[in-house]
Amino acid sequence: MSKSEIMNEVTRIFKDVFDDDELVISESTSAENIEDWDSLGQINLLIAMEKKFTIKFDIREVTSIQNVGDMINLIERKIS
Amino acid sequence: MFNAQYILSNSSDILNKKRGLRKELVAQANLIEMKIAILSGSTIGEIKNILELFLLSYGIKPVFWVGDFNRYYEEAVFDNESLKNFKPDIIYVHTTNKNISNYPSPSDSLEDRNKKLYTEYNKFEQIWTCLRKKYNCSIIQNSFEPLAYRTMGNADCYMQNGKLRFINELNQKQSNYANCTTNFYINDINYIASYYGIEKWANMTEWYLYKYALDINAIPLLCHNIANIIKSIFGKNKKAMIMDLDNTLWGGVIGDDGVENIELGEESPAGRAFSDFQQYIKELSELGILLNVCSKNQKENAEMGFTHEASILKKEDFISYKVNWNNKHENIEEIAKEINLMMDSLVFIDDNPAERDMVKSHISQIEIPSLTVPEEYIKNIDQLGYFEITSLSQDDFKRKEFYTSNKEREHQKLNYKDYGEYLKSLQMTSMLGPFDYNNVERITQLINKTNQFNFTTIRYEQSDIEEIIDSKKYITIKADLKDKFGSNGTVTALIASIENNTATIELWVMSCRVFKRDLEFAVFDELVLQCIEKKISRIVGVYKLSSKNAMIKGLYGQLGFEKQKENTNETIWEYKVPAKYVEKNRAIGVNKNE
Repeated sequence: MSKSEIMNEVTRIFKDVFDDDELVISESTSAENIEDWDSLGQINLLIAMEKKFTIKFDIREVTSIQNVGDMINLIERKIS
Repeated sequence: MFNAQYILSNSSDILNKKRGLRKELVAQANLIEMKIAILSGSTIGEIKNILELFLLSYGIKPVFWVGDFNRYYEEAVFDNESLKNFKPDIIYVHTTNKNISNYPSPSDSLEDRNKKLYTEYNKFEQIWTCLRKKYNCSIIQNSFEPLAYRTMGNADCYMQNGKLRFINELNQKQSNYANCTTNFYINDINYIASYYGIEKWANMTEWYLYKYALDINAIPLLCHNIANIIKSIFGKNKKAMIMDLDNTLWGGVIGDDGVENIELGEESPAGRAFSDFQQYIKELSELGILLNVCSKNQKENAEMGFTHEASILKKEDFISYKVNWNNKHENIEEIAKEINLMMDSLVFIDDNPAERDMVKSHISQIEIPSLTVPEEYIKNIDQLGYFEITSLSQDDFKRKEFYTSNKEREHQKLNYKDYGEYLKSLQMTSMLGPFDYNNVERITQLINKTNQFNFTTIRYEQSDIEEIIDSKKYITIKADLKDKFGSNGTVTALIASIENNTATIELWVMSCRVFKRDLEFAVFDELVLQCIEKKISRIVGVYKLSSKNAMIKGLYGQLGFEKQKENTNETIWEYKVPAKYVEKNRAIGVNKNE
């Protein structure tokens, strides 16, 4: 799966989790740019991603995530 | 419609789709609002949102108050202005084995260890005592689930200082408390975690990252259990089952195979599965769930099934029999009429998906579990929590009898041309009096379960009723009804509040088993006589339209009330208490207890 394909899937998940079909995200999008992206939103995002890509994040990986770019890179590494 | 069954079977998706689901559920009509406080022993987060979905699916609109993270003890025990102002109907204490602070260590003496057990348990009992005293509402408390690891291996469950043994003993103490305390319920996560799989339940990544004490994917299961308790407290359990026969209660088609060849009993694996299923259904019926038959069959053939030597269910276990070749939804309509229950109180059990679909398409309010294979039938039904028990009264055990004698009454009715004559022939007597502590449980149950003869559809908890009994500002009337066919137990309850010279009927309910038997006259007579005695000159009655109580819309008018105000949802009636009152009840011999 290419990086842009991952980005597409991740965007889909963001739209689902935040229930907003108009939502646009980029690699630099972080919790500061999306109102509902609180700790609960973060958990839901990660769980949806684990399901989508059939991967499991461990504690250290999760604590290193700062923005969408980190998520994409992490997913790319884990599915390759 | 999204119901619990849908939410559970799409459990992995709910966390993402919950907003959409919520929108749809909130749009339903006739939601009952309820205030629920959650005390937290670990992260609540999504638990609140998913609990809301299940409650909405049961017609309950929750308003939440969520305590601070892991402050359950302090928030319960110390003065809590914000919780006090919230006035909760229910307090849910979400604690888990993560909240046990002092496990025994391997070298503890028996005395040390017992002290720890005592301290742990007492912390909780103190919480419950304080909550009960301060908030006087229902309490739902989690039991403790096992840990996913066992330091001592199997000995963890039996040696003096085993942690599992410690947890089990805490649960035992909790159960003892629950068993003898009203308005206190256990949400048994000990069971739920085992059912889900303790190894998956104890998701340590989520615990260390987010302080969720359970796997996030288990949240729907947890919340479904809590919601079941709540809906049961507020009288929203299912009341009756309508059962298919062939391949549902036994294997094979009795009309083709003959009674000797149906699969039932020890002879075959499927036979054993059907026997166990019958046993399960029998147990439900003993808890007061009414059983009925709806089957496409020759009548004689179908009844023969219950004469099979391995049949645990007998013909007498069922109330209404519809065995014919008509459409099932038509039969179900008739059964509902016969046993006088609303569609949303019924569960239809049929192995045939086509029949299930057909019924669902005609009767949307009926619950229809998807049966898979005979060996899974019990699970298919049991996991949906239709019949969650939160109280059991003598009336529950006798319910079937009540309905059976009702059928005999119907039969007798055919012999009389004049309805008044028929009523007299029943030789009815009623014991009538104020509420008392001995039957608070039954009265609360009656109030919360009754939808048709219910003027205001206000729900009460046992503690509310106790307060009313103790207060001098109310007239309360309850009555039972006996006739030559048997007793009906306590079937009606009325609460009127007194202010100056006015009595306002805040609640009046009557069980559908005794509609049109003149008992409403007997109760009203009593109310008027008490008003005369207390020098009350006005009785005000309110009729609030609900989706189910249209049948009593005009009753206050018939009793001699005059309309004061009327709008679409509410009619206010007034009755001027006369100096001399002629009793309206003619058919029932009334005995009074004080």
